[in-house]
Amino acid sequence: MQDLPEQLANGLVLGAMYGLIAIGYTMVYGIVQLINFAHGEIFMIGGFGALTAWLILPDGTALMVALPVMILMAVACSVLVGVGAERFAYRPLRGGPRLAPLITAIGLSIALQQAIWAFYPDAKKDLTFPQFAGGPVEIGSLLLQRGEIFLLIAAPLCMIALALFVSKTRTGRAMQATSQDPDTAKLMGINTDRIIVTAFAIGAAFAAIAAVAHGLKFGQIGFRMGFIAGLKAFTAAVLGGIGNIYGAMIGGLVLGFAEALATAYIEFVPGMSQFGGGAWKDVWAFALLILVLLFRPQGLLGERVSDRA
Amino acid sequence: MTALLQVEDLKVAYGKIEAVKGISFSVEAGQIVTLIGTNGAGKTTTLRTLSGLLKPSGGKIFFDGQPLNGVPAHKIVSMGLAHSPEGRRIFPRLTIAENLQLGAFLRRDPAGIERDIQRAYELFPILGERRRQAAGTLSGGEQQMLAMGRALMSQPKLLMLDEPSMGLSPIMMQRIVETIGELKAQGTTILLVEQNAQAALSLADEGHVMEIGKIVLSGSGQDLLHDESVRKAYLGED
Repeated sequence: MQDLPEQLANGLVLGAMYGLIAIGYTMVYGIVQLINFAHGEIFMIGGFGALTAWLILPDGTALMVALPVMILMAVACSVLVGVGAERFAYRPLRGGPRLAPLITAIGLSIALQQAIWAFYPDAKKDLTFPQFAGGPVEIGSLLLQRGEIFLLIAAPLCMIALALFVSKTRTGRAMQATSQDPDTAKLMGINTDRIIVTAFAIGAAFAAIAAVAHGLKFGQIGFRMGFIAGLKAFTAAVLGGIGNIYGAMIGGLVLGFAEALATAYIEFVPGMSQFGGGAWKDVWAFALLILVLLFRPQGLLGERVSDRA
Repeated sequence: MTALLQVEDLKVAYGKIEAVKGISFSVEAGQIVTLIGTNGAGKTTTLRTLSGLLKPSGGKIFFDGQPLNGVPAHKIVSMGLAHSPEGRRIFPRLTIAENLQLGAFLRRDPAGIERDIQRAYELFPILGERRRQAAGTLSGGEQQMLAMGRALMSQPKLLMLDEPSMGLSPIMMQRIVETIGELKAQGTTILLVEQNAQAALSLADEGHVMEIGKIVLSGSGQDLLHDESVRKAYLGED
């Protein structure tokens, strides 16, 4: 177990990324009770937005200088797609049968993947994402990739900003009211349509930042990257208690640690030697989901569905 | 003077089922007007339509001289029509103070909002004592007080109360009835929907009896209270 700190760091990075993406699932679910299965693709679009910004910038621009532009472009692309999806795909179906928006979400997810595959230059294969020059950075006994450090700074900042927004601002409070009782929120004078758009926009922006982090960490992006990342983040949201923004972050971290530690160490458990290595990592993540759904279906921080009277 | 609220031949349908089948009534400023009737008579549907949560399928609504047809719910509040909904519908995971602040969501005068919150605490001292507590922890009667206080926070010209006494103990019910009387004395105009016809009619200037989507009888509160058919049907007398 000599590389335990290494594995913990790995879990932390993965978890922060899952958590950032999970915010989008959980905020939208909390307000409109919709699982936006196209959210993984909104994440993917952010990656392509960032890459596009990098390609447009003059050759030789330092990544450190380009990064803010890339983040802005990623956020702009993801928010545009997220808000557009709400306005043109989901809103017309609101108030209809629950299955309709769910099927629409799956359709939208496929359409967005295929649109990038068909229309983004060379996107039929994975594309190289810019990397920070220089090797990993040593922090204590830990070796962290430079791209991972970006995520470890960005994720907590996003979470703190979101927590302050939700608890301290007028719009944040309106958001809480809308998620607890949309009809009554309208009676308070809250424009709930605008609150729903805001939830989609925040979720998309966080996914875009996660996508930049994903590109920096793995060095490449592709039109399919949203599928597994989205599924993992959805798992994180359910783990933490869907609808709860703190739950999403904690669910992400738990999932990231579980995945990293299981991948590294499960082969040392007697009788489990054939299950070691990265090929099994998704199995551990989804096994954890099944366990939580069996024993604590409302999620780690979820509340029992009650008090609507 | 024209009435504060004017409802003309209002019809509301859920799909093909018409829940309100053409009713007309009005509320003058300073009055308490009550709609009474059994479950399913269309009282709650009427209020939900007035506040914009449901769309009318026919008829006209005028409030303060302006047509309300087609105005979204969140805009109707800003015109001065507040609705304390059936079942109280407080925001359970927000505190009492936050619930009251949400009632003043559209107001931009922090000092005035603070003063009105203090006034709500004076009207309902229990709310003041528990202001930092999640509203879901309050008893039914306390939640009703909060719902009324919250509706008042928008400084409405007309306050609509839907079943304020529902599910309350007799003592708590008495307390709510007294409060409605106090609000009237302060000049608040109220449209009250109640199943407790005795309490509602004794408070009201005017009453309308609804049966399966229609107004079948109208009169002053006192007249209806002494009306033979009302006593039989709604006041449990033979």
